[in-house]
Amino acid sequence: MKSFLSFVKKEFYHIFRDKKTMLILFGIPIAQVLLFGFVITSEIKNVKIAVWDKSNDYITQEITNKITSSGFFELNTIINHQSEIEKTFKKGKVREVIIFEHDFAKKLHKEKKANIQLIADASDANSANMIANYTKGIISNYMIKHNEKIKLPLQIITKERMLYNESLKDVYMFVPGIMAMILMLVSAMMTSISVAREKEMGTMEVILVSPLKPIQILLGKVTPYLALSIINAVIIIALGYFVFQMPIIGSLSLLMSETILFILLALSLGILISTAAANQQVAMFISMFALLLPTILLSGFIFPIENMPLILQWISAIMPPKYYIIILKNIMLKGTGLLFVWKETLILIVMTFFFILLSAKKFKIRLE
Amino acid sequence: MNGTPIISAKNLTKKFGNFVANDNLNFDVYEGEIFGFIGANGAGKTTAVRILCGLSFPTSGAIKIAGFDVYKQTEKIKKQIGYMSQKFSLYDDLTVYENIRFYAKIYGMKTKEIKTKTEDLLNELNFAHARDKKIRDIPLGWKQKLAFSTAIFHNPKIVFLDEPTGGVDPITRRQFWDLIYKASDKGITIFVTTHYMDEAEYCDRVSIMDQGKIVALDTPVNLMKEYHSRNMDDVFIKIAR
Amino acid sequence: MRTILTIIQKEFIQIFRNKTMLPIIFIVPVVQLLVLVYAANLEMKSIDLVVIDNDISSVSSKLISKFKGSPFFKVRSSISLKDAENEMKKEDADVIMLIPQNFEKKLITENASEIQLLFNAINGTTASISNVYCRMIISGFNQDIILNSGNLYPELATFETINIENSYWYNPKLDYKIYMSSGILVILVTVISMFLSGINLVREKEIGTIEQINVTPIKKYHFIIGKLIPFLIIALFELAFGLVIAKLVFSLPILGSLWLLFGVAAIFLITTLGLGLFMSTIAQTQQQVMFIAFFFMLVFILMSGIFTPTESMPDWAQKVNYINPIAWFMRVIRMILLKGSGFAQIKKEILILTVYGISVLSMAVWRYRKTS
Repeated sequence: MKSFLSFVKKEFYHIFRDKKTMLILFGIPIAQVLLFGFVITSEIKNVKIAVWDKSNDYITQEITNKITSSGFFELNTIINHQSEIEKTFKKGKVREVIIFEHDFAKKLHKEKKANIQLIADASDANSANMIANYTKGIISNYMIKHNEKIKLPLQIITKERMLYNESLKDVYMFVPGIMAMILMLVSAMMTSISVAREKEMGTMEVILVSPLKPIQILLGKVTPYLALSIINAVIIIALGYFVFQMPIIGSLSLLMSETILFILLALSLGILISTAAANQQVAMFISMFALLLPTILLSGFIFPIENMPLILQWISAIMPPKYYIIILKNIMLKGTGLLFVWKETLILIVMTFFFILLSAKKFKIRLE
Repeated sequence: MNGTPIISAKNLTKKFGNFVANDNLNFDVYEGEIFGFIGANGAGKTTAVRILCGLSFPTSGAIKIAGFDVYKQTEKIKKQIGYMSQKFSLYDDLTVYENIRFYAKIYGMKTKEIKTKTEDLLNELNFAHARDKKIRDIPLGWKQKLAFSTAIFHNPKIVFLDEPTGGVDPITRRQFWDLIYKASDKGITIFVTTHYMDEAEYCDRVSIMDQGKIVALDTPVNLMKEYHSRNMDDVFIKIAR
Repeated sequence: MRTILTIIQKEFIQIFRNKTMLPIIFIVPVVQLLVLVYAANLEMKSIDLVVIDNDISSVSSKLISKFKGSPFFKVRSSISLKDAENEMKKEDADVIMLIPQNFEKKLITENASEIQLLFNAINGTTASISNVYCRMIISGFNQDIILNSGNLYPELATFETINIENSYWYNPKLDYKIYMSSGILVILVTVISMFLSGINLVREKEIGTIEQINVTPIKKYHFIIGKLIPFLIIALFELAFGLVIAKLVFSLPILGSLWLLFGVAAIFLITTLGLGLFMSTIAQTQQQVMFIAFFFMLVFILMSGIFTPTESMPDWAQKVNYINPIAWFMRVIRMILLKGSGFAQIKKEILILTVYGISVLSMAVWRYRKTS
């Protein structure tokens, strides 16, 4: 036991002495949460538009004013000729051109109908779609206001409610994802690289011939990262809670136990990778491609899994972070208990045991 | 020894924080000499060699290599010297020839000259068959001989050898010293550090280092006389105590 | 010049002998392009809609069948709101639509009637997109029933309609994959160039060969440039390889000049490679370089506008973005590929990237110390 403790101590020293890595390890989650909380947003804001007003009457001016004062759009360029449209788009700033036809107000009054043409730069398809829809919304509202005197029949009114995230804060979605990513990064990636490093340097053999049992060696390697991961998880939750008022409706103790379960899973994955990788570079690239990218992409962190092609959905089904993220969202935002996440929890437990067994087997083979 | 010293160190001191790795070292090395730096591990030999090679700056002291100042003219010094480090430093994944060619070209040697000289070298070493073998596939003793040959391939005035024979058997070590003598015959000044006392006896003059200080400096014969010893091992034990 | 060539030659021999690096160089672009583009998809294809129809009238069932006919929705019905909410808790439902009792009656007698829509808004983005789709269907349906009953409401004839024609340029089918794959090309060359160059120099530190280089009279900038060029060539090759894949798989349009594209890419790569080399002059181990590189890339990439429009970011973040080379290159590559912009339109971006390239590279040369 004593030799085990001193071994754990040595591992702690190793990690905590590397100031640069430590800085990064705590910097990543903080920077990420802040980035997603304050910076990255897919909402439409300050979109630069160009207007080609062939009529230039009071109505077209009113509509233009409505659009530019909405906060979504900024008037960037006035266009006077067909050829300028293409030029403006190619400069890259303007994302939508609004064209009013000749005699707009006149036509509207006399013929009861006037045309507006919207051209969106759809090289960014999603934004283009949203931009066009927002513009249409503003114009339709104007149209209804304009026709105030006429009472419209048969109006279906929709009342929307955004459940779990009333103000549509992106950070609510990203916090669980960042937790999964950081825990993977610290637990799995760091463990695998550090074990691979000892192998490369030849120090692993020294440890292997020591009187420590293999299980003790593994535990010793893993303990500091467990501690680091828990600290990181707490930092992220605290940031979300205090800076972005992200709620934790469900039980905090359940949240922490699920987190520790996921950390254990990630650690066992890290050990498994290190038994397979011969050197640091290989360990890094396996971690990057088998762990980090899928965690970011295939776990529902940023992109909804339902939209993916079937084959990617199948792959995502074997990605542990997917289940962890579901559990986190349930506990934090929906306030559900184990009753709702027992399935996911069970999957994580089974996966953990599977990885531990597999790496124990591999580790033994190396010893013999 | 005669003439002006090719290496001259006056009050060479190097500190890492509070730790004094080299404490006021004074020595001169003359052209054509085989000069040994002897001492236990951690005595400060490597630190001193790294300063002389221009790999690290001294904290204080006046040091000149081939007439150039180590503070301001490190790059000029580098043209005059060769270096073989304790950490074995040929590229593992390159072949024997590729390694030699790489370093020779960096020193500005012509491709044709490199080719013929490599052939001569490998023939002399009886190693021509391994010209296209990767360094990782050849035994340690050979790696060290090649590292030395590479270090003097561009005909430097001085070559610094830092623990060149660590970890090899006595026979290979003896062969390695034959190479050193050959280089010395060509007029290259040799500066070698070692903790093998028998190797100290191969040097023209040795300085013995202990805890960052030079505690003795003379020819091996004189030192043995002074300390009434039959070999350098005895000398060292007596001094270190 | 000869010294630089010597280093380039040596690096290439080593790269091509490295059995782990070669597959990575070829597999990374394929995996990144295929997986990322298909995964990073915000096109909503199957929004799970649970309907609670408490009205069971002809209007409500017509409305529901409108949703059923839409390719965006997967419609199921439920009896109680509680059941539906439970499904949402299990992530089985994205939207709940509640049609109240007397919906049809109110619509006819009071001329207005309400529908409730409940969105699972944990992912704010997809919730807003779903909202847009729901409203599109409902308002379309609403117009239909108004038009069909037009003769009942004569005053409608005086309604002054503003007709909106809407066209999408450069990508009329709103194919998100085109946008993503062009962005991924940037990620691809950034990741490859930064990691390869970053790890390379620090590896020489770890195995000790850097010392041997440092005792030679080699010039610092010779060494750095010699290290940079091989990875520049590899990264440009990656770009070409990625372009071919994107063209074949996603029919990525290449409207602008390829020469211009590769020219700007080379300038951009000098920055990323310089950053990689700079990091490895600071770091002691490969692990450190990995983490430092990972950190900066994560921030730079997320802020580059690959998934989200940069204009929506707060002012200070947009200012910070001025020093984000990835953001500049991201703009340029999309302008050249998707819109066919020429040199005249991207002068400013090229100038800025050039300034970065030169300064980062000088920083790397300056920070690389032959003597410590």
